[in-house]
Amino acid sequence: MTNHWIDIRNSDCILIMGSNAAENHPISMKWVGKAMDKGATLISVDPRFTRTSSKADIYAPLRSGTDIAFLGGMMNYILSNNKFHKEYAANYTNASFIVGSEFDFKDGLFAGYDPKKKKYDKSKWAFEKDGNGVPKRDLTLKDPRCVFQLMKKHYSRYTPKTVSSITGTPEKDLKKVWEPYAKTGAADKTGTIMYAMGWTQHTVGVQNIRMMAMIQLLLGNMGRPGGGVNALRGESNVQGSTDHCLLFHILPGYLKTPRASNDSLAAYNKKWTPKTSDPLSANWWGNTPKYSVSFLKSMFGEAATQENNFGYSWLPKIDDGKTYSWLDIFDEMYQGKFKGFFAWGQNPACSGANSNKTRQAMAKLDWMVNVNIFDNETASFWKGPGMKPDEIKTEVFFLPCYTSVEKEGSITNSGRWMQWRYAASKPPRGCKSDGDIMVELFEKVRELYETDGKFPEPIKNMRWDYVKDGKFDAHAIAKLVNGYFEKDATVKGKSFKKGTLVPSFAYLLDDGSTSSGNWLYCNSYTEKGNMAARREKKDPTGMGLYPEWSWCWPVNRRIIYNRASVDLNGKPWSANKNILEYKDGKWVGDVPDGGWPPMSNKEKTKRPFIMKPDGVASVFGPGRADGPLPEHYEPLECPVPKNLMSSQRMNPVAPVYGTEADAHLSCDPRFPFVGTTYRVTEHWQTGILTRWQPWLLETQPQLFVEMSNELAKLKGINNGDMCKVSSARGKVEAVAMVTGRFKPMTVQGLTVHQVGLPWCFGWIYPKDGGDSANLLTPSTGDPNTRIPETKAFMVNVEKLGKRRA
Amino acid sequence: MAGKFFFIDTTRCTACRGCQIACKQYKKHSASKTKQYGSYQNPLDLDGNTFRLVRFSEHPSKENSMVWYFFTEACRHCLKPPCKKKVDQIKKDAIIVNEFGAVLYTEKMKGLEKSSKAIKQACPWSIPNWSKEEKQMVKCNMCYDRVEAGLPTACAKACPTGALNFGDEADMKKLAQERLAAVKKKFGGRGEILDLEDVRALYLIIDEQAKYRPVA
Repeated sequence: MTNHWIDIRNSDCILIMGSNAAENHPISMKWVGKAMDKGATLISVDPRFTRTSSKADIYAPLRSGTDIAFLGGMMNYILSNNKFHKEYAANYTNASFIVGSEFDFKDGLFAGYDPKKKKYDKSKWAFEKDGNGVPKRDLTLKDPRCVFQLMKKHYSRYTPKTVSSITGTPEKDLKKVWEPYAKTGAADKTGTIMYAMGWTQHTVGVQNIRMMAMIQLLLGNMGRPGGGVNALRGESNVQGSTDHCLLFHILPGYLKTPRASNDSLAAYNKKWTPKTSDPLSANWWGNTPKYSVSFLKSMFGEAATQENNFGYSWLPKIDDGKTYSWLDIFDEMYQGKFKGFFAWGQNPACSGANSNKTRQAMAKLDWMVNVNIFDNETASFWKGPGMKPDEIKTEVFFLPCYTSVEKEGSITNSGRWMQWRYAASKPPRGCKSDGDIMVELFEKVRELYETDGKFPEPIKNMRWDYVKDGKFDAHAIAKLVNGYFEKDATVKGKSFKKGTLVPSFAYLLDDGSTSSGNWLYCNSYTEKGNMAARREKKDPTGMGLYPEWSWCWPVNRRIIYNRASVDLNGKPWSANKNILEYKDGKWVGDVPDGGWPPMSNKEKTKRPFIMKPDGVASVFGPGRADGPLPEHYEPLECPVPKNLMSSQRMNPVAPVYGTEADAHLSCDPRFPFVGTTYRVTEHWQTGILTRWQPWLLETQPQLFVEMSNELAKLKGINNGDMCKVSSARGKVEAVAMVTGRFKPMTVQGLTVHQVGLPWCFGWIYPKDGGDSANLLTPSTGDPNTRIPETKAFMVNVEKLGKRRA
Repeated sequence: MAGKFFFIDTTRCTACRGCQIACKQYKKHSASKTKQYGSYQNPLDLDGNTFRLVRFSEHPSKENSMVWYFFTEACRHCLKPPCKKKVDQIKKDAIIVNEFGAVLYTEKMKGLEKSSKAIKQACPWSIPNWSKEEKQMVKCNMCYDRVEAGLPTACAKACPTGALNFGDEADMKKLAQERLAAVKKKFGGRGEILDLEDVRALYLIIDEQAKYRPVA
């Protein structure tokens, strides 16, 4: 979230799309309700009328996988009806930038496409620069090559008629959504978006979100209370684990994972430190070397010296151009290229796309370790449906661990709050905390390296002074994450003794004087104490920022990009939306996104989007794998023979895997219905934690498939009948839930039916609960993130048996 | 006696079922083995282990194509409980009303199996059920032990959206009237509070009662 949960109450129009917040984030509805009490409009856009829709002022259906068309139409509406916030767009975004003459867009492809490599040459999308290397701008937004005009042309193709024909949303419903949302372009109004995996889990996942971010920027909703782009995270600590490098392409704090070609620290820093020639751009990522060196000091401590480049050569490197995501790991594992696998706190046999492939892949391992709190479909995959235990060589070790409430530590919520939690209850005997398991594991590995092992330096030199007597200490780790002065140093006129906690990332250095396990969290645990443990309920702005409740990255800034919430003179765009104001030469309110004076002070100011090299937000995004402007493409599997927008049916750069487990069929009469997956309030993810909980299981005991009355009639299915749902990859048995909350749609003149299933069940327990809906989903995904496309695919539904008593 | 009241604002309920589960958790009730019947509602009805149940009812609608109503149902704690009137004829004071207005089924209710149907029928909403484990009729007891200790009921404590409220009569009636006025404004004059003069569980609804729960 750029904003935070409580801030939803400050909104005038809340769009919940790609999320079923009432179902999956029930407490969020408290803040939605508070906004509605003050007159806010709630809009729900979803293929299915959901618990969220039941509370909405406006509901519109759409076909799964067509969000860009829906939002592209909204962009067209905003631009052609002059609903945008012009001063904001011109000054705070790159709408005014002139795009280079090599940029082009023809029939679904941007300039620079290489069909053999299925890749773009992104240099073709660069901006035109002046003699000083600063992008050329036209603040009137009239130049035909400026971003604004290119965008206007691009989205003029998304007419209500075309959009309706793609999305299946009736034209009148499109306008019912576009009009009220576009009204938040007024200076005294803000609109917010609450989205989740309904947007990310597509072959166009990143561009779904970019499309909305562009709308938010043009309407002047970013950085402002009641605005922002707000990802509702799928688990309570997904934000934290992402910040601390859950994903392969980033190190903690979103530093880049070194590539093989970054063959020295200097080369790494040169490659990944963005540059700017614009004196008005703060270019905060210009500090990258301070953060990377401080990270190395936290990894290797005193062994990291100037002479050895702070141990840079001991960091693992990934091959250039190669991806190592979940989809790639299981693809390679399926091909027998892995020996061992730690499935730690997860249940890939049910959670990932294409579960049959995942389960088969695990059978090709020599060994697997599953760390979890209950037995699950992953730990016991070898005795699952269709498996022959005698023929499976994989040796499985199951390590029972503490639950999250049985140990002390922090979680970081969607709103970027790092919240410290004490251990609420005692763990059962025989279990260990994840931290202690890791400590023991590492100490054993290090012992083995003492006598043998290739390239022992990274292991032997690993900093370990925060582990005491073989035990994990959450406070010691949190302090190292914040960082220390590693020697006496003077920074910004202040002197610090060796061993002092660094007060904030502004004090980090690139000469080895400081450590910080994650620069973004520097300021979270200081000499003043554990900031995440704070529980003060002061609210000086009255806007719900609660600055002394827990701690928020970066540097306790509750709304990021907040200098865009003020005009060029530092006054809030509107008095009723005041979280930050420049008064008597200083900023009052939230922690400002950089302390420079407002834009009217041309000598000393910096532009508000300090993390971008140009200091402005990118409505034109030349860094993405699939183009600088979002464009509608059909999912890998779809019900229509062609994409109405172009002859590129699907995202031309999305990964498609080629094993025999990766079958996919589009527009095939055997699989005529659109399928999607989702969660239910009563179960947590794959249900490992909740299926064993009798009260929860009582409320949601078995896999179901929701379908419209019309489809049920077509297939002779009654409510409560057992059905088989199948795709090109797998099948599940599910109870029919026949409902008016799904309705057939008209897409390109054809009637399209859609069904949906929750993915919280698995064969291990309860025995009559059904199996994972991910047996149906395909292994393809977004080309930027490689998140799988589990939200839109094709299935068939057949009746198996009679209605249950 | 002023006593305690529930105020249930159905327009705020998202059917998270926190109240249903919190009730079972606090009372340490066991769960039943259920099946998926083609509905989110489960169990199908109140029973010996289920004192509070969220009912799900969907209907076609002109606006937004559908409505999906959620109704968290439990004993209303009537001001003049018909169940007590009925039982008093069989066993005097087997049902008592405590100082907060909670209608409580005491130990004296044990062994009235033959009258269970009549007791259930005496209730306008058929709330009480026979418990095989307790060997008596059972229903919500307004978490009387929590309330005596100054705590809200388990269900009200769990509600995240402000749909299920619990408190003193004056506060709940004030909140009910405020919400009624706001809801009428929002929904074009629609909205009513059910059984205002008769029960301690005030429901605010915006459509026909029969669209929320089965009506006898």
